[in-house]
Amino acid sequence: MSVDLSQFIPTFLEESFEGLELMESSLLDLQQGDVETINSIFRAAHSIKGGAGTFGFNHVTEFTHLVETLLDEMRDGRRTIQPTDVELLLQAVDCMRLLIEAIRDGVDYDESKISETASQLETLLQFGATSPVVSSEEHQSSSQTQDLTLWHIEFKPEHHLVQTGNDPLFLFNALRALGELEVHADCSHLPAITVMDAEELYLSWALTLKSNASEQDIREVFEWVEDECELIITTDLTQEAAPTVETSNFEVGLSVQAAASECEQAKSTDKINEPNVSTNPPIVSTEKGLPKNKTEVGSIRVGVDKVDSLINLVGELVITQSMLSELGNDFDISKIERLTSGLEQLLQNTKELQESVMRIRMLPISFAFNRFPRVVHDLSKKTGKEIELVLKGENTELDKTVMEQIGDPLVHLVRNAVDHGIEPLEIRREKGKPDKGTITLDASHEGGNIVIEISDDGGGIKRDDVLAKAIEKGIVEENTVLTDNQVFDLIFEPGFSTAKEISDISGRGVGMDVVKKNIQALGGRVQVESTVDIGSTFRVNLPLTLAILDGQLIRVGDETYIIPLITIVESLQTKPELINRVSGDMVLYRLREDNVPVIPIFQLFNLKAEHESIENSLLVVVEADGQKVGLMVDDLLAQQQVVIKSLKDNYQHVDGISGATILGDGSVAMILDIPGLIQLAISNKMHVSHRNQQQLPEEVEA
Amino acid sequence: MDIQALVNEIPDSDQSVVEGIDFISNGKQFLMFNLGSESYAVDILCVEEIRSWEAPTKIPNAPEYVKGVINIRGLIVPIIDFRLKFDICRADYVDSTVVMVLTIDSDTITKTMGFVVDAVSDVIDVDENEIKADSGFVGSIPPENIQGLVNVNDDVVTVLNVKALQYVDNTH
Amino acid sequence: MAKVLVVDDSNSIRDMVSFTLKSAGYDTVEAKDGVEGLTKAKSSDFDLVISDVNMPNMDGINLCQELRKLPTFKFTPILMLTTESSGDMKSKGKAAGATGWLVKPFNPDKLLATIKRVV
Repeated sequence: MSVDLSQFIPTFLEESFEGLELMESSLLDLQQGDVETINSIFRAAHSIKGGAGTFGFNHVTEFTHLVETLLDEMRDGRRTIQPTDVELLLQAVDCMRLLIEAIRDGVDYDESKISETASQLETLLQFGATSPVVSSEEHQSSSQTQDLTLWHIEFKPEHHLVQTGNDPLFLFNALRALGELEVHADCSHLPAITVMDAEELYLSWALTLKSNASEQDIREVFEWVEDECELIITTDLTQEAAPTVETSNFEVGLSVQAAASECEQAKSTDKINEPNVSTNPPIVSTEKGLPKNKTEVGSIRVGVDKVDSLINLVGELVITQSMLSELGNDFDISKIERLTSGLEQLLQNTKELQESVMRIRMLPISFAFNRFPRVVHDLSKKTGKEIELVLKGENTELDKTVMEQIGDPLVHLVRNAVDHGIEPLEIRREKGKPDKGTITLDASHEGGNIVIEISDDGGGIKRDDVLAKAIEKGIVEENTVLTDNQVFDLIFEPGFSTAKEISDISGRGVGMDVVKKNIQALGGRVQVESTVDIGSTFRVNLPLTLAILDGQLIRVGDETYIIPLITIVESLQTKPELINRVSGDMVLYRLREDNVPVIPIFQLFNLKAEHESIENSLLVVVEADGQKVGLMVDDLLAQQQVVIKSLKDNYQHVDGISGATILGDGSVAMILDIPGLIQLAISNKMHVSHRNQQQLPEEVEA
Repeated sequence: MDIQALVNEIPDSDQSVVEGIDFISNGKQFLMFNLGSESYAVDILCVEEIRSWEAPTKIPNAPEYVKGVINIRGLIVPIIDFRLKFDICRADYVDSTVVMVLTIDSDTITKTMGFVVDAVSDVIDVDENEIKADSGFVGSIPPENIQGLVNVNDDVVTVLNVKALQYVDNTH
Repeated sequence: MAKVLVVDDSNSIRDMVSFTLKSAGYDTVEAKDGVEGLTKAKSSDFDLVISDVNMPNMDGINLCQELRKLPTFKFTPILMLTTESSGDMKSKGKAAGATGWLVKPFNPDKLLATIKRVV
């Protein structure tokens, strides 16, 4: 019977990631002589090693063993903990993470990084080039003799054997698994009943075993009791006693013979291990990775309290349903009030249920914040600046998917704060600021959104410098009048960031423009406030969940569309005098200082609309990618929360549409994708102006 | 088990098609439908439901044969009109017009799509080897969508390849 | 139906040992450290205890010592799960009253065959 353990691999991987996080945060906090922390780091490594070995992830076991050995020496006090050691261990944790990720994703990993760190560890341990012990379970077992041998076994246990929990009965059962067994008990040493101690063993046995097992196999059965017994194994074939382990002393510690057989075991272990090591190819392809599923199913840990609240709400829903159902049975107009109140109740239940369910996908942002101590630690080393990291609002909850995707942008903002925000030591001293720069991450809920602020007490953003650089890079024209906030927004323009970014830890996506794009892709936005010499604050605003949208319903002709509320700047009735036509088809509308291009949706979507001319029509001004456009609509309908449904699942991507939703009447409405719409307009040669392409027109006579 | 009674239930060859799943057959069951005067059939296991025609929500800038999307129990399902896509016949939308909702399984995903047809008729039992894949046949429907032809009484029925239908909405 | 107490701070190891034993017809009870293990042991009778050595709150060696103090566990087989098979480990275990040891990583078939020596 073979037991399939692969179903436990996901648990092992999850556990290992948690263990690695623990190791990392503990290492960052580690103080000299802190035995408890070192112990917990050791245990985490030990667990990972053990689990990896069980599933056959030998490369992980080998590497982790080095880490574990080092930690073991530290916790025993055989080694003092140097800062360089901690750095190396952090590096090792990175390597382990790499290996585990490779298993999870079923991909190859970079062998060179691993072996480099491994050799550094080895050097530190002064082990030289010994091959690590993978498993000593693989000792030379059955050198199976082909024929059945008749073994004679004399088993004379010490009196107190059963007190160790061993029972000869079970030992013999185990022997039976090897072949035919005959047991003869020798009761000659039984004392008289009056002096017999019920907890002592006075028997000994002579056994014959017909088996093709080796002597080694037989001795293995008695492995645990070999120090507490006399064990003589002979066969008819070999009358000379082969290695008989006769231990007549039962003192703690190994007898010479036992030690000799141990040595033999160790030697044979090495023999087994060497081939293992040499057959490990440099790039290890992990076939033992997870089976590729049709859909990637992740998992979430949900607090029992959330589940209980959900169960309660469903219970209430069921009650409301049966109440309504009963009402419906013999309905007449006199019951209309009860029906109305029942429906209100239903609305309440549904709302609460919706909120409760959404909360299940919500996790505290501490999961995302957890990587920052390490990030700041590494950055601090790289830049030579001393930084203190303050984390606030770690319990603020947000949707799991949003959290997974906000991590990288946040890291970049923090890096930016360290690189450009916090001044070098001398300058800080000149300004009379504390030596240590402070970076604060603060998360909170505001309305239906989560707000994450990244503040630093650095030098702030110099408005004039930014403007000058933007002009130099051709992002804005000279002599353009911009507010302070508009100037600060320029740092998010593509092409603005300086090319010389220091190589970052993640190595992915650099540039503030990418940060802004990522945040917007999540349905959020980012703004910056700054005061020279005091510091800067980046505010990231995100919706609590990706699946639901606050929408403004609009009508164009016979069709209903939905505009994401977050994109809407304002809605207005057009005034003829503010309309300007420029170069043929394009229409601009004057909105205070801006000239906003007008997008006629009916044209873009080939529909018949009520208002096909801009004069006296309804304009909804929206903003995306820092660009404002005006959408021509026939009517403004309700504002409501809509559930975003995918169009791509059964159909395909449609330009200008981000998804669909089902309205209260069961009909389907399309949700507009504003950036997509703008792109569509441009590609339809509607000449929607873009700051980069055209000059912002000055006053144009209508 | 009364063998004789069972034998009596098996229809003669001049009887019209058999309905239902009472019989143990070696073939598969297909749902027949009409596009204009032509007869077609699809594997009945793919048919999720038959709905009467209702005007769907239009998809901006979609091709003419993609009529739009409808809501089926919370799922957004596109509606394709074969008659327009393959230029088979006039596309009328009357009371008897019907939408055949199919679930199409491929290795990677499962898609649900609705197809406008003039009428749905019987369920037929067809042995797989009765379906003649005639590579020489050039009709209005591109061959990759056709599994083959089968004779049902006097009719020639075109059996469609459901798996190929998932690409029928591709505009490129 | 022999009853086994499985004590290990690692979820995955516990799950696997438990699963392996269950599929061979054993009943299992799990604990995540020595303290929990001792509590569970006091509330029920077991035919075998399998415990990890390195655990927070109370390690395996300690657990073994405590268990041996309980009258119901005087003769119960207690096996230590360990990655070290050094003589040091063995003697520590024996001094604490352990019956035997299982070396990690173990393979499920081997586990089942080995525990036949005591249960």
